[in-house]
Amino acid sequence: MAFPVLSVIVFSPLVAAMILLLIPAERKTEARGVALAAAVFALLLSLWVYFSYDKTAAGYQFVEKYAWLPQLGISLYLGVDGVSAPLVLLTGIVMFTGVLISWGDFGEHVSAGIQDRPREFFAFLFILASGVFGVFVSLDLFMLFFFYEIAVFPMYLLIVIWGWIQTREYAAMKLTLYLFIGSVVALVGALAMYWVAGQNTGIYTFDMLQLEKAGFSASFQNLWFLPVFFGFAVLGGIWPFHNWSPDGHVAAPTAVSMFHAGVLMKLGAFAALRVGIMLLPEGAKHFQWVIMLCAGVAVVYGAFIAFVQTDLKYMIGFSSVSHMGLVMLGISTLNHDGLMGASIQMFSHGIMTALFFAITGMIYDRSHTRQIPELGGMSKVMPFAAIGFIIGGLVSMGMPGFSGFVAEFPIFMGVWKAQWLVAVIASISIILTAAYIMLAIRRVFFGKMPEKLEGHITPITVLDKVAISTLCLLMIVIGIFPSIMVPMVETGVQNILRLLGV
Amino acid sequence: MDFLTSHLLSLILFLPTVSALVLLFLPKDEAKLLRWFALGASLVPFALSVFLWTQFKSGTIGFQFEEKYVWYQAINSSLHLGVDGLSLTMVVLTTLLTPLAILASFSVTDRVKPYMMLFLFLETGMLGVFMAMDLLIFFVFWEIGLVPMYFLINQWGSANKEYASLKFMIYTMGGSLGLLLGIQLLGSLFGTFDLATITANWNSAQGYLLGFPIETVKTVAFWAFVIAFAIKVPIWPFHTWLPDAHTEAPTAGSMILAGVLLKLGAYGFLRLVLPLYPVESHNYAGYLALLATAAIVFGAFAAYGQKDFKRLVAYSSVNHMGFVVLGIAAAAYAAGTSDARIAMDGAILQMFNHGLSAAGMFFLVGVIYERTHTRNLEDFGGLFPLVPIYGGILIFTSMASLGLPGLNGFVSEFLVVRGSFPVLPVFTAISMLGLLFTGAYILKGIKKVLHGPLNERWAHGEHKLTEINTREVLVMIPLMTLILVIGIWPAWILDVINKAVMALF
Repeated sequence: MAFPVLSVIVFSPLVAAMILLLIPAERKTEARGVALAAAVFALLLSLWVYFSYDKTAAGYQFVEKYAWLPQLGISLYLGVDGVSAPLVLLTGIVMFTGVLISWGDFGEHVSAGIQDRPREFFAFLFILASGVFGVFVSLDLFMLFFFYEIAVFPMYLLIVIWGWIQTREYAAMKLTLYLFIGSVVALVGALAMYWVAGQNTGIYTFDMLQLEKAGFSASFQNLWFLPVFFGFAVLGGIWPFHNWSPDGHVAAPTAVSMFHAGVLMKLGAFAALRVGIMLLPEGAKHFQWVIMLCAGVAVVYGAFIAFVQTDLKYMIGFSSVSHMGLVMLGISTLNHDGLMGASIQMFSHGIMTALFFAITGMIYDRSHTRQIPELGGMSKVMPFAAIGFIIGGLVSMGMPGFSGFVAEFPIFMGVWKAQWLVAVIASISIILTAAYIMLAIRRVFFGKMPEKLEGHITPITVLDKVAISTLCLLMIVIGIFPSIMVPMVETGVQNILRLLGV
Repeated sequence: MDFLTSHLLSLILFLPTVSALVLLFLPKDEAKLLRWFALGASLVPFALSVFLWTQFKSGTIGFQFEEKYVWYQAINSSLHLGVDGLSLTMVVLTTLLTPLAILASFSVTDRVKPYMMLFLFLETGMLGVFMAMDLLIFFVFWEIGLVPMYFLINQWGSANKEYASLKFMIYTMGGSLGLLLGIQLLGSLFGTFDLATITANWNSAQGYLLGFPIETVKTVAFWAFVIAFAIKVPIWPFHTWLPDAHTEAPTAGSMILAGVLLKLGAYGFLRLVLPLYPVESHNYAGYLALLATAAIVFGAFAAYGQKDFKRLVAYSSVNHMGFVVLGIAAAAYAAGTSDARIAMDGAILQMFNHGLSAAGMFFLVGVIYERTHTRNLEDFGGLFPLVPIYGGILIFTSMASLGLPGLNGFVSEFLVVRGSFPVLPVFTAISMLGLLFTGAYILKGIKKVLHGPLNERWAHGEHKLTEINTREVLVMIPLMTLILVIGIWPAWILDVINKAVMALF
């Protein structure tokens, strides 16, 4: 039997969390070391999955299936396709860089990173990571929900305990309620699929590959598509259910924001795609315009709101709404270009926003403010972070040569084919994004440093630099050589198109 | 040798980027090493493009030195490079001006490393536009060039740099939004970005598109393209970013901005607008000519009204680029006739010539600004006896800009006017009147700086004006040589341009 790489990826963070909790609380360095080792392990395995995925064979690979509750047709059924393999890699990367930038003092004294109870922090973070990996590789609908809840729940604790003291309780509660309500609605839809498929075929199963063939009637699909899709899309930050997300981003500690915006929001979009679109394709076609409308509003509205923010983290939070809107917009086209762009955008936005939040965290830890007008001249002390933020900004505004362009361009092409007017309107966001990103870069990193910050800003550590350069390199490499990722994503998209019958 | 000739374009295109990456690993405090390395690195593409010029067969129709690499296969875009006589001229202009700009920047002492890296990145961005034979690649390089220029203005510019750089960025990006949407439309229609295929399919497209008659869609797309390029050229009334950006940019930045970046817009007209929209270009050529005339006349008036020396030169760019657009408009209106070809020859040569003289003028303004820290024309006066060599060079370059016969500006402006007159007599006649004011503002500039009563401040003491130094003269020598050579014997370059024009239009 082949090495069960996917289940190792999914459960290794969980095991690491257990080990972490066994370490005495005062041995912070050891706890961090274990966390880093576990993150590197998961990253290497996800790299391995990514590069050994056979693009010519396509379909689900590294498949594992273990009976879990056979009476109800539930099994631990794992596998990756061209859409989920990049997302597994993304999770590995965000986990690795998240641990690095949470390390704090490394060799020199800087008051940054997680100083308070790092052991518990990493343990919760890894439980979350386990859930995220699980959702991306689950081929069983029940297991998908199972891992989905595992991913959402630790978020509450991470924000409430380690978050920004002013809003953490409010934001954590808001986030949790929003996401749970969304997933409950989706769960009802999933159960409906389970029963109806059982009645149709005589086999009661949560196996998604079976459910794809269940032959749901058009009226059933039309009834359940919106609840299922939007139930998940809440986590993807779709307008008008995006409200929890900027608050959550702002209240969360740095590494959690990275996970939250970088990976967790992809969970929503991915699950909406996998369950909503792939299992209910007729419903998707019927309500295509609804998704397109909401996504289009998110793109433009998010950019406008980001433009007027004075808090750096809120600005990035709303820019995430706008960029995740592009993902949803790509999905809503239901055609090759749009779906492909959306999948790449999920990866690209994950990396980009993780980078943004990492750097914002570095600034906040030193200056204790995120108000853009109160910052300035940071590039003199942390030039490396300034360059990282600029590269992130260029990705964000879809500058050619970076991964953002490779993702956004096909999305827009897809929208042109589906509904050209939306493409024209959504393109406004490109200019807005350029304006607010450029203004933020200039105000935060250049100009004169305010006097009260003078002397308080310490340089970033080696670990921070490793994290920043890892993220930046990925965005540049994909931007210049799209063929590293695109052919793989295309195989996944072909499968979705087959289900849609286009 | 085979490798060299078969990869010549990609070598010229990417060597500056590779050099910039090497620069990244050099020590940042060794300013001298960084400068010389950047200069050396930018001379290699220049040498290669001279070689390209010698290898180029001007008699052959179509693109030469084509190279094609896989880039973004999923949407059928490939890195497809090639040059014809039109792009070859621009490639040589770019690779010539970049080393000169770098040499001109030897006086920059603040953060030399990122400065030089940005210049080299910028060179790749500009060259890519001129070499692209794939619509998406064209756009990629078009946008990439923006970023280094933004940071050059924003970080190394003068007092009002933040306003100017953001205005430059937003204006250009706003303009290219229409271009982006247009490219997306074409790409999603034809499933490819290959320029030749798109041109053929688009021109033969008929019926309805997106629910509108194809003519309507084409007209809208035509204007989307035109506005993007008009902002870059810039054509009146889209020119307001230019005086700010030029004035605030560091000297070398202004040289490249005026010398090459403005040409990107005009090149866009020639490479994309005319071939893709021949009918619309013909229909709307009158409007284009009107705007060009406005640019020529208002540009000249505005230049005359300036008190700031650099702003004066900046507005002169609006004035001169107006002739390029006038030539293009005439050629679009009377496509296929010999007048059109003459106008087109003139427009392309004017692009090259303006690149030389504008870069020279901006550099000379920079030379005097570095010494006096003022650009206010009222602060100068009577400087000729103090700096005779500088004065001579300034007069020579100004005369090229003015269009004195015997220098390059005359040849190209004459061709434009000769070609346009039979086609668009009224606009051309008004533009000729504009030429009169060109003379007026140039003479005003010379008079205010070099002649009149001497401002004693510069004659003695700590502010004593020093003569132009050897390095600065070295920047000017290649420019002045070309200005003179093209003025006296333009055939060598016109031959290449003319053959390309014959093939294209």
